[in-house]
Amino acid sequence: MKHLSITAVLVWIAMAFASVSQAQAQSQAGSDTSDLEPLLARLVDASLSEAVELIPQLETQGGRGILPLFTAMFDNSLAVDPESMTFYRLAEDNSATPVYPPADASNDEAVQLLPTAADELERIRVSNRLRVLLRDAIARIRLFEGDAEERSIAAAELLSQMGEDTVLLLREALASEEDAEVREVLEVGIAMNVLVSDAPDEERLQVVPTLHGRLEAPVRNLLNSLLDPNGRNEQNPEVRAAIEEANAAIDTRIRFYGFIEELFYGLSLGSVLLLAAIGLAVTFGVMGVINMAHGEMLMLGAYTTYVVQLVMPGFITYSLWVAIPAAFLVSASVGILIQRYVIRYLHGRPLETLLATFGISLILQQTVRTIFSPLNRMVVSPEWMSGTIQINPVLAITNNRLFILIFSLIVFFALMMILRKTSLGLQVRAVSQNRNMAKAMGIRTDRVDALTFGLGSGIAGIAGVALSQLTNVGPNLGQSYIIDSFMVVVFGGVGNLFGTLVGAFSLGVSNKFLEPAVGAVLAKIITLVFIIVFIQFRPKGLFPQKGRAAE
Amino acid sequence: MTSLLVKLGDMRSATSGTITLFVIVLFVSTTLASLSNLLLPEDSAFHVSTYTITLLGKYLCYAMLALAVDVIWGYCGILSLGHGAFFALGGYAMGMYLMRQIGDRGVYGNPELPDFMVFLNWDSLPWFWLGMDQFWFAMLMVLLVPGLLAFVFGWLAFRSRVTGVYLSIMTQALTYALMLAFFRNETGFGGNNGLTDFKDILGVSLTEDSTRVTLFMMTAVMLALVFATSRYILDSRMGRVIIAVRDSEARARFLGYRTQDYKVWLFVYSALIAAMAGALYVPQVGIINPGEFSPINSIEIVVWVAIGGRGTLYGAVVGAILVSYAKTRFTALIPESWIFMLGALFVIVTIFLPKGLVGILQSRLPGSSGGGKGNANLGRASS
Repeated sequence: MKHLSITAVLVWIAMAFASVSQAQAQSQAGSDTSDLEPLLARLVDASLSEAVELIPQLETQGGRGILPLFTAMFDNSLAVDPESMTFYRLAEDNSATPVYPPADASNDEAVQLLPTAADELERIRVSNRLRVLLRDAIARIRLFEGDAEERSIAAAELLSQMGEDTVLLLREALASEEDAEVREVLEVGIAMNVLVSDAPDEERLQVVPTLHGRLEAPVRNLLNSLLDPNGRNEQNPEVRAAIEEANAAIDTRIRFYGFIEELFYGLSLGSVLLLAAIGLAVTFGVMGVINMAHGEMLMLGAYTTYVVQLVMPGFITYSLWVAIPAAFLVSASVGILIQRYVIRYLHGRPLETLLATFGISLILQQTVRTIFSPLNRMVVSPEWMSGTIQINPVLAITNNRLFILIFSLIVFFALMMILRKTSLGLQVRAVSQNRNMAKAMGIRTDRVDALTFGLGSGIAGIAGVALSQLTNVGPNLGQSYIIDSFMVVVFGGVGNLFGTLVGAFSLGVSNKFLEPAVGAVLAKIITLVFIIVFIQFRPKGLFPQKGRAAE
Repeated sequence: MTSLLVKLGDMRSATSGTITLFVIVLFVSTTLASLSNLLLPEDSAFHVSTYTITLLGKYLCYAMLALAVDVIWGYCGILSLGHGAFFALGGYAMGMYLMRQIGDRGVYGNPELPDFMVFLNWDSLPWFWLGMDQFWFAMLMVLLVPGLLAFVFGWLAFRSRVTGVYLSIMTQALTYALMLAFFRNETGFGGNNGLTDFKDILGVSLTEDSTRVTLFMMTAVMLALVFATSRYILDSRMGRVIIAVRDSEARARFLGYRTQDYKVWLFVYSALIAAMAGALYVPQVGIINPGEFSPINSIEIVVWVAIGGRGTLYGAVVGAILVSYAKTRFTALIPESWIFMLGALFVIVTIFLPKGLVGILQSRLPGSSGGGKGNANLGRASS
């Protein structure tokens, strides 16, 4: 008797589970594919209206495993090989990736069919009605069976298609959901529905705080429409006030994230300026000459990246790791050649050095133009550099800018270490503070000059690799950076690397904050004029070097 | 004391000698070219085509511009990489006058607004275009705007003792900023396309041969005037101070001279020459666009001076004409080669010919004078 009652309780619990969370039961069924095969076989030959009936059955039977097939079908790119009953997703280039049966470990290596094989596949047609069904099915599967992130995305997507069915779905999901973040999104969806329903005003008033400060676009649209006299136009003054408050909170948050985004773009511009200017800061600080060909060192670095990618087309992912040392070597050797054969002969004549290096920059530009054509060249971004990080619905950060920001800081601190900790760095600092005294102490200034020039140019080459990921690579790439980099160096203070860092980032950020107000070109002009005026009042820049050289 | 006076006297006569020689060479050649264009029939072997006259006029404008740079670089050690800005501003002021002279003959036939403003849907002239239909006012602006800019810039820069490469890059940034500004449509100077399609000047058609020749002769007269004035200024007591500033500004300052004042006024004077060159340039070539502000244009001027020889004035004129002629020829023959040659010129001249072509000439003819005296110190002066 006792034994029997325990069994009964167990059965009851099992039944309760099954009824409360049908979906979870489905997922267990999903692992058992035997029931699926006949359904899929029917799908292959089904007419569009028959398919409409098949989709819910496939959903119940297939569970998560059927998701790739559904999405492929939704995208209208599902095809089947009738003999092996394997389903494929056809890409635009006619290559096919299997979506069902799920690839097992043995042939996991994304079996890609050759484009010709795709001809033997049979396409599965979808109608609009089918796609609506599929969309809901996909959302349901994700909402109940995905991981937390998938569930949250699925819930957010559902917000834009609120209706009675969706609300039921959300309520159902909420009952079993444990992740706090996903619950929030689900509650937002339900609240949105309540707000537009015929529910009593008290109830509607209660749900408004749920929408407080939500950044999802559907929420914003709904609230705006409720406040809009031509839209839904909420009548109840209390509810209206609450909505206004919620809306204001949303606006504040959006402004805040807009600020963060501008700040990020400003820092990104600053990192580019830093990379471009840092090499110039070293050569200008040490030798007191402007290398007008500095911009062309950037250009050489960018073209080195291009050539590296030409040489190893199959390994784009690793190309940058090869390009960085290669660009350093190319630009550094060109820099040393310039120093050895031109600048050395113009010692103590900075204006002539400026002219001569300008001539060299013309020659380098024209050489590149002759070899690679005057047109811009395409440098591919490796996969890990492209894409964005979506932080929330209104703030996204692009990977390449983030990486370059980090990269510029790494380069900066590496250079700082070289100057602080190595004997070359010590000599470089000595020469930049007082050349004659350093010479008298036995430092071979000639050698220091050449090495500094190599170092500065090499860093410019590395900067070129980074720039190739952001802008077009063309013969004029460097030209546009020479004035900017010089401004950064002068603004920060010559001979002071830290000043260059501060200068680059403050100019970058201020430029980006000016842009929305006055436009990109005017922002640039204002920045230039600001520096021109600034130099009049602080000719030594933000952080003047404390040298002992007589003026 | 007497020997000093004699020396001074020598110098004076040598000065007036160079001026006379310069003016004679200039006028004989320009008059001959003009007469042969106007009087000789077109199939004559000595006929100079109107195209050539315009080209020569252009070269003379460049020569004036080079002279302007030589005045401050060769004599005062200020290397301006932004003189193209003053040239272009003068050119724009002239261009605005010529634009207003088109009247209702433009594509849109608007009697008041230039075509590009009609195109941008503007309904009235911006305030800075007012009065530009009066020749005297436009000429005033040709001098006033660049002069004022040079004064403000120079006053700020020289007062806070911005010198050497700093000043050079600042001037470059100045012209770069102006270029960006003039490229914008909203700035109100025709944006990318600049000002063009001019019809007539002071009531005479610009396409007439006689107008072309008159403009050409006018340029020659202006060049001669500017040359003589510059020579006079630089040989005066003020000129001595200016050369002293070039050779050692600190010492000149310690001797009690307000060096920054000398520099500011010389800078403004030089900017005015550049502006006049620009104003003469625009009616002859028929267009002015923001490209004239581009930093490379300004730096090319410096190369003319460097090749001709700094600190002589006539060297700058010779350099400008020679290099411009070479550019015309080589870009026509092998377009790609010119940039290589220009780049090589920069390097070769700075390393091997610090005194330019005139320097070679002077070393061949010992005893000739001119501004060569101060040249020994040129290098150090500029630091």
